[in-house]
Amino acid sequence: MKRQPAHLANGEARSLSAIPNLEFSAFQKTILHELANGARLACLCADRTGAGYAVLAEEAKQRFGVLRTQFPEKEFTSLTPQCPQAHLFEREIAEQWGLLPVDHPWLKPVRFHPAWTGRDVWEREAIQPGVMDFYRVEGETIHEVAVGPVHAGVIEPGHFRFQCHGETVFHLEIALGFQHRGIERALEGGPHKLTLKMMETAAGDTTIGHAWAHALVMEALAGSEVPARAHHHRAIALELERLANHTGDLGALAGDVGFLPTAAFCGRLRGDWLNLTALLCGSRLGRDLVRPGGVGFDLDATQIEELRLRLEAAFTDTANAVELLLATPSVLARFEGTGKIERFAAEDAGLVGPAARACGLPRDARTHFPVGFYQDLKLPMVLDHDGDVAARARIRWAEIQASVQFIRQALEGLAELPTGPTLVPCGPLAPNHLALGVVEGWRGELVHMAITDSEGRLGRYKVVDPSFHNWTGLALAMRGQEISDFPLCNKSFNLSYCGFDL
Amino acid sequence: MIRSALITLALGLVQLALVLILSPLLLGIVSRVKAMAAGRVGPPLLQLYYDLAKLARKDAVFSRSTTWVFLVGPLAAVAIPASAALLVPMGSGRGPLGFTGDLILFAYLFAMARFLTVLSALDTGSSFEGMGAAREVAYSALAEPALFLGLAALASFSGSLSLGPLLTAAGQGWGVASGPLILVLAGWALVFLVENCRIPFDDPNTHLELTMIHEVMVLDHSGPPLGLVLYGASMKFMVLGTLLVKVCLPTSGNPWIDWPAFLLGLGALAVGVGLVESVMARLRLNRVPQLLVVAVLSCAFAFLMLLLQPVSK
Repeated sequence: MKRQPAHLANGEARSLSAIPNLEFSAFQKTILHELANGARLACLCADRTGAGYAVLAEEAKQRFGVLRTQFPEKEFTSLTPQCPQAHLFEREIAEQWGLLPVDHPWLKPVRFHPAWTGRDVWEREAIQPGVMDFYRVEGETIHEVAVGPVHAGVIEPGHFRFQCHGETVFHLEIALGFQHRGIERALEGGPHKLTLKMMETAAGDTTIGHAWAHALVMEALAGSEVPARAHHHRAIALELERLANHTGDLGALAGDVGFLPTAAFCGRLRGDWLNLTALLCGSRLGRDLVRPGGVGFDLDATQIEELRLRLEAAFTDTANAVELLLATPSVLARFEGTGKIERFAAEDAGLVGPAARACGLPRDARTHFPVGFYQDLKLPMVLDHDGDVAARARIRWAEIQASVQFIRQALEGLAELPTGPTLVPCGPLAPNHLALGVVEGWRGELVHMAITDSEGRLGRYKVVDPSFHNWTGLALAMRGQEISDFPLCNKSFNLSYCGFDL
Repeated sequence: MIRSALITLALGLVQLALVLILSPLLLGIVSRVKAMAAGRVGPPLLQLYYDLAKLARKDAVFSRSTTWVFLVGPLAAVAIPASAALLVPMGSGRGPLGFTGDLILFAYLFAMARFLTVLSALDTGSSFEGMGAAREVAYSALAEPALFLGLAALASFSGSLSLGPLLTAAGQGWGVASGPLILVLAGWALVFLVENCRIPFDDPNTHLELTMIHEVMVLDHSGPPLGLVLYGASMKFMVLGTLLVKVCLPTSGNPWIDWPAFLLGLGALAVGVGLVESVMARLRLNRVPQLLVVAVLSCAFAFLMLLLQPVSK
């Protein structure tokens, strides 16, 4: 039996009773049916009562399909064999709630924490991060290289295990979870005083993105309107965050291949971009800017002018550094053909963000699910088709150009708006509602989904960082590659460890 | 007899002292040039001296899985370039301990240093170090023919099998054999870069252990042994650089001209290495052998040209 999911727009709340509650097998069938019709699994999760929720992103129709169900008692039939996108979501459900996905081909822990219900599907006694059955290739000429969780550079912890034949990587397995903080669980019963802080630091380099997605959810549940000036501020801040990170990553790519000029300049330029965010709110990482109901700071006319001038200066320097990088043959020789992902693999794995767009998949929440100022001013979506490191670098550069153009226009719009409040605090949350907030952060789609209880407090709050989808993409990109190209591939994705670990 | 022995002794001491004292400065020049090209101030020219002094004061940490073999690598890294320094002509026309056939000793001294470094890397039992050792050995197997074919070309040109007369004759030969000399110089420049782990072959500054060639083999060293490794690398840079500088520079016979010219030549070489590293990226690892084959061919063609058309001096 198949049923229509409830259709929600981005930043919309809906009473739980208006969302079809399907019997479990019908729930799975409907998901498969929708996926076959071009939808994408943006979120699949369960809650304390054993209820299950699925969010299906329908780019073509610019809407989300939402379904709910009741999971069977202890185990359920895995969807993964028919739908690889679900594999990590099902592993997460198994780990959090002790529900066993039967026939899951790759059932391993995700974050190495005790189940919230106390029922561990692996029946482990002591849980230690990174301890699980790793995939092994057997054979005399195969060797295994293990890297991390402590690395030579100052980066976040993660464990990478390569099955190699000489210099060629047959398979890479990634074990994360070393930074699991229990954010989702801490949000139950909220919002608390620290809720916004937790959202801002879910992935620290995506402060604006996560805070905005959270604000969308809260505003939808409270039914509050955001002042027009705040819409402009949020979009400007999100694009500045993208600019800083894309510039920093292009510099890091240059550093990995030993190309000094761009590496040195982009390191400084990332600081210039961060300083523009500091001009907005006093924090280089954008802390405290986005709040439920609006933004915490406003710019006056002289600050807008200063921002405009510094934007142009930083863009000129960035253009010089990046154009040199992308025009140097020795750099292109390293980038091209390295870490290639085929389009079908990217689609199966459910990649999002620039990594998906580099494979030719049109997935950009700013285009498909626009909210706030993105509804007024369209950003061109940038696509590439090679799916390799070069394509991911080109996407970054094209997005830098598009973002600068977007900010120019947004600043003009902001200067013309009448002055007024930028923050209208949210009222109490609607009880027994489900709300969805999706923002295209610089790494890709950030999904926040909240379900309130009967007293209007947060029940289940689900965060899906783009890294959750894209680490699988990195493992796919390394198949058949030289092991010495791993750092370069890794940098071209530059995924978040803490955003995955939550 | 006694007089010539004394001169040899004096010359040997001067060369050894120069290598021991000046070699870290050359790497300081390289990193300063790189910093300036990237628009940074960069570390002081004497940074490597400070680093060596710091490392000498530290304690070393040894993994429980290592044995005495682990220490042989760092010792050889210093002792061997110092010995090889006595075979090459620097400011004068001859190597202090030069003899007929010393070029074979010269080449295999460095091969021995590599062998001992590889042993010391394998002694740790780490998969990284084994990987680095495999890469180092594979690439040196291609660098060695280039070095020897270049030496063979110059030997046939100079009629000598000793590095002193051989390199001096090459420096004087630009008027009559510029074609083969350019080819030898090009091949040896690549050998120089790969032997010293410089871009485009290796990146001495990277922290990415999976991409390293030489650096990954010395990852487990710390304190004074690490200091020896770094010091030895700088000496190797200077001693192998001597080959390139001497091929380029004619010798006048007047030590007051030849020594300053030689030292300036080394400085220019360091600046050149810094500039190369500033304008290009590293090669993909599986492309390294191709470039080394180019070095071999370049030296081989120089040899053929000189064989087929002997130059009368």
